[in-house]
Amino acid sequence: MSEAVATSPTPSGPSTDQKLAYEPHRKWYRRPEILGPVAIVIAVYAVLLGVEVQPGRYRSAFTADGDLALDWDYFFHLIPQMLTGAYVLARATVLGFTGAIVLGLLMALGRRSQFKPLSWVSAFVIEFVRSTPLLVQLFFLQALFRTTDVVNLSGVQILVLGLALHYGTYTSEGYRAGINSVPDGQWEASTALNLDPITKWTRIIIPQAVPNVLPALGNNLIASFKDAPMGGPVLAVPCMLFFANTIRAEDFRSVEPMLLIGAGFLLISIPAAWGLRRLEERIEYER
Amino acid sequence: MTDVSPKGAAGVRMRSVDKAFGPNVVLRELNLEVEPGERVVIIGPSGSGKTTILRVIMTLERIDGGTIRVGGQHLYHEPVGDQLKAASEKHIRKVRSNIGMVFQHFNLFPHMSALENIMLAPVKVHNKSRDEARETGMELLAKVGLSEHANHTPGQLSGGQKQRVAIARALAAEPAVMLFDEVTSALDPELVGEVLSVLRDIAEEGSTTMMLVTHEMAFAREVADRLVMFDNGRIVEEGRPSDVLDTPQKPRTREFLGAVGDQ
Ligand SMILES: Nc1ncnc2c1ncn2[C@@H]1O[C@H](COP(=O)(O)OP(=O)(O)O)[C@@H](O)[C@H]1O
Ligand SMILES: [Mg+2]
Repeated sequence: MSEAVATSPTPSGPSTDQKLAYEPHRKWYRRPEILGPVAIVIAVYAVLLGVEVQPGRYRSAFTADGDLALDWDYFFHLIPQMLTGAYVLARATVLGFTGAIVLGLLMALGRRSQFKPLSWVSAFVIEFVRSTPLLVQLFFLQALFRTTDVVNLSGVQILVLGLALHYGTYTSEGYRAGINSVPDGQWEASTALNLDPITKWTRIIIPQAVPNVLPALGNNLIASFKDAPMGGPVLAVPCMLFFANTIRAEDFRSVEPMLLIGAGFLLISIPAAWGLRRLEERIEYER
Repeated sequence: MTDVSPKGAAGVRMRSVDKAFGPNVVLRELNLEVEPGERVVIIGPSGSGKTTILRVIMTLERIDGGTIRVGGQHLYHEPVGDQLKAASEKHIRKVRSNIGMVFQHFNLFPHMSALENIMLAPVKVHNKSRDEARETGMELLAKVGLSEHANHTPGQLSGGQKQRVAIARALAAEPAVMLFDEVTSALDPELVGEVLSVLRDIAEEGSTTMMLVTHEMAFAREVADRLVMFDNGRIVEEGRPSDVLDTPQKPRTREFLGAVGDQ
């Protein structure tokens, strides 16, 4: 509660223009500046999931000039292949992170559960997965699925599973922090009004927690995108890193492909981080 | 004891209530009885446990021992034969529906307008239609002098306005017992009057039982049927406000009234 407003009991209410411009009574899910980016994200999801691209073997029909340290013609020539790798990576990230969002919610609810064994198991899984490296988890999952013949998963599928599990623990912590960020007074007012649990969660807690959870989810999405290339060396997922390695092995060139994948990551990460920053600023919640 | 009816008043009977936070014993075998329709003002130094009394009645804190009855019904116990067993969540919810509370820091829902704050419980808890709830909500806003602010959110209201919305929100549930915890303490001095005048109206009109914690002695003298001086988890002295304020019997009361500068 801002006390700056307390001195203006006039019908116009807010004491500053900035306060006037802010209209918090339009719920976050009704505000275009929040719905817009969310819609874009969902559209990107849909496209990524809808389009199926099977990269063949990465191979350049063009040979670099051996005398040049950096051959620009060769560099531009590699771009389409790099984009295919980027696509594979983005798709695995999107699938994995979708899993992480759901898995994280289940783990967060499990951890809050009144039923102690479930709460302990959830807490143990979260802490265990969070404190071991993704790389190790990918090797482990690969060994698990390749040695036991029960389910046969491809490299991409194992990567998606690994990302879902690993980032699920992070998103679950995000949910937990978001819920804890709702002030005690809101829970107490809910009790004093005798609200039933469903009304309390859907009308009071979640609407106030979501604005605090979204930025954390976005940060984790970017982080998982940066972690996804581990699928290249570990699981032979034909992603950007895999592309660079293949080209190096075939053409004995590494400067151009490495530069390219660096550019590829920047191309995706910078706009994503910028968009996220904007989202955070807009969601800034007033108490 | 009266029966519980949503609009009628109900008494509060606290018997031998204990409450501790870890090693810090806050309420010691407290006996406090409030008659249906009575207005009791609780005064006492900071940290003496006044808020805790209201919070255990509102079930925001659970008691360690003793019993509390509201409108004749046990709050934390359910009678089974002639025994009392710990109450289920369902039972607590049922008895709690007779109680309302207004907080020092308002605790309005910041993402809802004033009217939505007031309408939520009637619609979701008391199964009123939205139209009916809106109509009563607007009446309540008029009563607290905020008709023009129905669509403003808490962030757009002054402290005094927020607290008046919070009072209207509590009234909307038509509780038989209302608890007020230092509802003017977080306000700038010039905004205290508008909130006290709303409280005065409620005290004059309704038959609601009221328990108020306040440091506004002039106000206490005016609305209270009984004044309770509380210190260190125990009642030090109680009686008619004029008696306690003008001729305090206990040194502890004299000391406290001297410190707050009674008028
Ligand atoms: N949630 C809590 N956890 C621990 N101690 C508490 C809690 N609430 C109150 N107390 C302690 O109980 C005592 C009484 O507090 P309170 O009822 O708020 O007093 P008052 O309202 O008279 O100032 C204080 O010593 C306070 O520190
Ligand atoms: Mg207090």
